[in-house]
Amino acid sequence: MKRLSVKRGTVANYATYIGVTIAFVVLFLLQQQGALSNSLEGQLIPICCYVVMAVSLNLTVGILGELSLGHAGFMSVGAFAGIIAAQSLQASIPLAPVRLAVAMVIGAICAAIAGFLVGVPVLRLRGDYLAIVTLAFGEIIKELINCLLVGYDENGLHIAFNIRGTTTMSALGLSDNGIEIIKGAQGAVVTKIASFPAGFILILITLFVVLNLIRSRSGRAIMALRDNRIAAESVGIPITKYKLMAFIVSAALAGAAGTLYGLNYATLVSSRFDFNTSILVLVFVVLGGLGNIWGSIIAAAALTILPEALRSFADYRMLVYAIVLILVMLATNNPTLRAFFGRIRSTLGRKSEKEAADHE
Amino acid sequence: MVYLQHLISGISLGSVYAIIALGYTMVYGIAKMLNFAHGDVIMVGAYISFCCTTYLGLPPLLAVVLAMAFCTVLGIIIEGLAYRPLRQAGSLAVLITAIGVSYFLQNAAQLIWGATPKSFTSVVSIDGLTLFGGALRVSGEALVTILACIVIMVLLMWFTGKTKMGKAMRACSEDKGAAQLMGINVNRTISMTFAIGSALAAVAGVLLCSFSPTLQPTTGSMPGIKAFTAAVFGGIGSIPGAFLGGLLLGIIESLARAYVSGLANAIVFAVLIVVLLVKPAGLLGKQVTEKV
Repeated sequence: MKRLSVKRGTVANYATYIGVTIAFVVLFLLQQQGALSNSLEGQLIPICCYVVMAVSLNLTVGILGELSLGHAGFMSVGAFAGIIAAQSLQASIPLAPVRLAVAMVIGAICAAIAGFLVGVPVLRLRGDYLAIVTLAFGEIIKELINCLLVGYDENGLHIAFNIRGTTTMSALGLSDNGIEIIKGAQGAVVTKIASFPAGFILILITLFVVLNLIRSRSGRAIMALRDNRIAAESVGIPITKYKLMAFIVSAALAGAAGTLYGLNYATLVSSRFDFNTSILVLVFVVLGGLGNIWGSIIAAAALTILPEALRSFADYRMLVYAIVLILVMLATNNPTLRAFFGRIRSTLGRKSEKEAADHE
Repeated sequence: MVYLQHLISGISLGSVYAIIALGYTMVYGIAKMLNFAHGDVIMVGAYISFCCTTYLGLPPLLAVVLAMAFCTVLGIIIEGLAYRPLRQAGSLAVLITAIGVSYFLQNAAQLIWGATPKSFTSVVSIDGLTLFGGALRVSGEALVTILACIVIMVLLMWFTGKTKMGKAMRACSEDKGAAQLMGINVNRTISMTFAIGSALAAVAGVLLCSFSPTLQPTTGSMPGIKAFTAAVFGGIGSIPGAFLGGLLLGIIESLARAYVSGLANAIVFAVLIVVLLVKPAGLLGKQVTEKV
């Protein structure tokens, strides 16, 4: 019986990889054939980014059980660190996919460092206080990047802070063939190098990291913390270590997603990653089901497409989106409906268990 | 003298935050939910008052009363339709629903009043004070806001401390089950809390737009978030805490805006983080010990 349950988990993991791969192949072929509408084609890379964001936030909210309202902050750190890397490495790494990969790694590392800096003090707080501090972190990052001026020339990176609104790009003292990378509130200038296959590979890496983490000793410790912190502590699980581990992995993945997102647009301003973006990703996670990786993937993809699909409602589309959101939450938490689905699930579960028993 | 001027504008801005935070803290205290739609109720209140004065030509005071009445009803409807069915559900489900309500209010306002900002005419007609021979100016809006904030706080403390309904609220926030056993109608008490919170939001909306006269569908969201941080800052659930938190937040913000304009919000939030790390329950919050 024990062997069976392990097997079932592995099968579910493979099903996730295969499902994502099939979705990618179908979409990629359609894209090559030109069968996708323009709006959907433009959404492919953002969808990949949001899927990674949702899966990584699910690690914090669903698996670790801590509410984070500042996930877009890590995305922002990753995006701008990645943009700086990609823009300044243009000459040394001419091959775009390699440069993208290097930028993503740098973005992920920077976001992980930010995650560590925020995580160490913050994870001592609990519940809604943690939520409010992560929210504050997201806003702080947004304003800091809004003041940041970065340029690159043969002498290396030039960085300045435009705190009083009077410093301009000339304060950087770039040489004639230097490039301006981040221009404060006007945002970053980007050479687009993000691609859909890169997004797909990032999703696979994310799934590999998260699914394996969940099924490891560390993952079980993290879930034990979520279910009962005091009981977990009393059997000797170091709380801070595992909380930090989940938080940093989540931040690093968000950073990589941010890099991909940032390198998909010609210009990028830091207000793109505001509180609303964090909330958007949280909506994906909660609607997909806490701790349910598949749910996060589907919810992220569906809800990114939904506002586009509702375009025929024109002005009413965000209103419809809001109503759909409220109704889904009410329906999924309705006791009658829950009992109904619970009955269906238990009937199905009994059947498959019986089949499994027959096989043995 | 310049410091004093910034201090005064900070106190008046802080008073607006304090009024919003009072509504937030009451709702949080009793329903234990982050009501993200609170900021948008502020915006609706401001729009109603704007319509009353600009289109119907009503006197400002009547406009404020109508806005309060409208938001009270709105608050009760939101609670009844969106939050009450989720009373037994997890806190995240309620949070997402509140976000849905917030989107709904913003987009409904955009459909009704359009996305272009409206210029709000101040409802305050009293002249300001000029002190120290013109060196220090206190606007009429600032006087009214500070006064309104103090009156509201005193009334709320009296209400929650002395009246039957107020005691019922405190009982519900402590233990809903036990309160129900004592014959308190929990649903009605929570409705009442939402009604009071929303009425306060309407007042805050009108005062906020009297300071900064641009009114658009997203006007309420940032003050809403800041007021919530103010409530956390002062210790959530505590009425004097919300008042103190709001004032301090306003003062910090206005000083930061004067000296490091680009990082004003960042500094406000950084101070919040430091306070929470030193005093995790907020300035006036109660430290609850955990039972094993």
